[in-house]
Amino acid sequence: MSVTPQAELIPKLKADAILRLLERKERIDKRGLEDFRPIEIITNYIKNAEGSAYVKLGTTQVVVGVKLEVGSPYPDTPNEGVLIVNAEFVPLASPSFEPGPPDENAIELARVIDRSLREYRAVDMKKLVLIPGKKVWLVWLDIYVLDHGGNLIDASSIAAMAALLVTKIPKAEVNKDTGEVTIDKTQYVAELPIRGSVVTVTIGKIGNYLIIDPTYEEEQIIDTKVTIAVSSDGKIVGIQKSGMGDLTLNDVKKAVNIALAKAPQILQQIENTVGRLKTTEN
Amino acid sequence: MTKSYEKPKLMSEDGKRHDGRLPEDLRPIKMEVGILKNASGSALVEYGGTKVIAAVYGPREAQPKHISIPTRAIIRCRYHMAPFSTHERKSPAPSRREIELSKVIREALEPAIISELYPKASIDVFIEVLNADGGTRTAGVTAAALALADAGIPMRDLVAGIAVGKVEGVLVLDLDELEDMYGEADMPIAAMPGKGVITLLQLNGVLTPEEFEEALQLAWKGLKKIYELQKEALKKRYTELSIES
Amino acid sequence: MSEEEVKYKIYVNSRDLVTPGDILAEGNVEALNYPYVIKEGNYVVSTVVGLVDIQNNNKVGVIPLEGFYYPKEGDMVIGIVEEIGVTHWEVNIRAPYKGVLTASDFLGRPFNPAQEDLSKYLNVGDVIIAKIESFDRTRDPLLTVKGKDLGKVTEGTIIEVDPSRVPRIIGKKKSMLNVLTSETGCNVVVAQNGRVLIKCPSEELEAILILAIKKIEREAHTSGLTERIREFILEQKILRGVIKSDKVL
Repeated sequence: MSVTPQAELIPKLKADAILRLLERKERIDKRGLEDFRPIEIITNYIKNAEGSAYVKLGTTQVVVGVKLEVGSPYPDTPNEGVLIVNAEFVPLASPSFEPGPPDENAIELARVIDRSLREYRAVDMKKLVLIPGKKVWLVWLDIYVLDHGGNLIDASSIAAMAALLVTKIPKAEVNKDTGEVTIDKTQYVAELPIRGSVVTVTIGKIGNYLIIDPTYEEEQIIDTKVTIAVSSDGKIVGIQKSGMGDLTLNDVKKAVNIALAKAPQILQQIENTVGRLKTTEN
Repeated sequence: MTKSYEKPKLMSEDGKRHDGRLPEDLRPIKMEVGILKNASGSALVEYGGTKVIAAVYGPREAQPKHISIPTRAIIRCRYHMAPFSTHERKSPAPSRREIELSKVIREALEPAIISELYPKASIDVFIEVLNADGGTRTAGVTAAALALADAGIPMRDLVAGIAVGKVEGVLVLDLDELEDMYGEADMPIAAMPGKGVITLLQLNGVLTPEEFEEALQLAWKGLKKIYELQKEALKKRYTELSIES
Repeated sequence: MSEEEVKYKIYVNSRDLVTPGDILAEGNVEALNYPYVIKEGNYVVSTVVGLVDIQNNNKVGVIPLEGFYYPKEGDMVIGIVEEIGVTHWEVNIRAPYKGVLTASDFLGRPFNPAQEDLSKYLNVGDVIIAKIESFDRTRDPLLTVKGKDLGKVTEGTIIEVDPSRVPRIIGKKKSMLNVLTSETGCNVVVAQNGRVLIKCPSEELEAILILAIKKIEREAHTSGLTERIREFILEQKILRGVIKSDKVL
């Protein structure tokens, strides 16, 4: 059951200061309304993972690890690999995170990122089959939030995409007679097949202002957010409105335009770090 | 014998959908208010084969006290699918999807409810999907809004929900399950049509920016129709009785 | 008419049936009874399912047809004791908040919990008629039984009605209530929180009274109801042999 969350206490003086600055089209960290905070991306951050990335977005820190395993395909897609996305909001990341299974916010974040990758087919699942109908690669993508400084979704999305782009597939020997697959993780045979890249851009509404990439404090006074997933070929591949407020049609259109304008530079930064950025092949 | 997972044909050459509808047609919609005796407010809504019941309890004291908010009522919302509502039996335990949708639906209703009127109280909204055939969360929001009005809880406006999608390249209104599964995009949307604001918006799939704008327009048309049906359903009980001697 | 005077427009008529979100008026009009109507920018909007009420031609409100009881200071309520505390009882008054009745108010004297047991005076399940002495948004409503006809109820039947129907059951200047009591001979106490205490001379008359009250509940939004209820009670009395038909007129 979903329950109205307790409001986090933010000193009224701080809230007023944020609003006053917005009227002058400024934010407390001196950014413009449509500017992202500085982004740092380090790939192959976790040696034991098949692919990984660490992302720092402002003060938010997130690590994504990708692990590959052999398993059975889903019954309705017998000739495709499987992508599973999970997110953990670990207690060390914020005073507001409690230990326990993922809460509705962690689940929502994981599912939004999952959908943005899955529907657009960013990872070419058809190329992850080992024995058709029986054995496929399972791609476990785990998002680990280390420090909550606001806008966890975009930070996670950048980390997820970067991690997938550097993920290597281990050598797998398939015994067609016994149906067994032996994996040798000391040898890597290929990169994960990526058809195109995706990144999310989150915009918050405060009063009549739309601001991109909200900080933790800005998130306390925002009552509505909209996250738009954009692909490397300029398509909209996911949208999620969250928060207890509402948006006019104009707000939505404006937010989508901002996202379409800003996504390319984020994707470019990922490419610069990773060294490759696939665009959609047909 | 293996099941065929081939994609069925969803659009015919003459522009009709697999169930004969035109792209802008809603399925047959049924709405009934006040169907449960125990709940403060309730409603049954059907979008074609999708059947959902919503019930509202409250405002009542929030339990346990520490989840209450001193300046307003809290909204507790549960979206749940009955085990027999889907093709394959669904386990009664809440799935990640139900957890996400409970949050998304609560957030779709929050802007409509004047919750500052009932500090420390709790308004509980329960949505049960009895039969799923696409559009369960949007039918759920529509039913929940009716149930809230039935309970007499003051609202800024009713909330109406509908899903728009893309099927074989064509934008269509009110996706059913088949179209949702095999289509290219599914966009559920809910709004307070009188106030002109959107309270629920998700996209699952791929749309170009132009298609997105078109989809929004198409959705808005559908939402206005749902809104009118909601008003009729709320008034129905009283207009029928007026004729009684 | 000068330009200033015509600065508003009312889009509905009195007794129109409206739903949440319906725009009732625009401009220089007053919202009559918040929260059933609210002012949104330039508009007066209904927030509930109800009947429009226009007063003075420039105040617009809505009388809700659905609803629950929201405590108001001064209201008379019929409550059921739910929990016994150390120095007070918690009383169910069919509201989002429980009513609180202190021992000192009930006993009219200071109360020592070490020496006395509250359950001796009022136990769980007991019914009381009380007034809401105070209620603000920071505490639960405080009840008092100091006053005429207030206190523990020892006999009678309690029925529950939709609180939004209470004004109709009482009627303008108690017109409906008078019809109910005079035509049935019953004693009827209608509390604001939708509970009605009835004491009737016979079981038949009690049955007729309850049917009449349920009928008012269903048809509260119609006109000419008072007379129809009078006729209804008469018909029922004949039907059940309470009076002989030649005695009518």
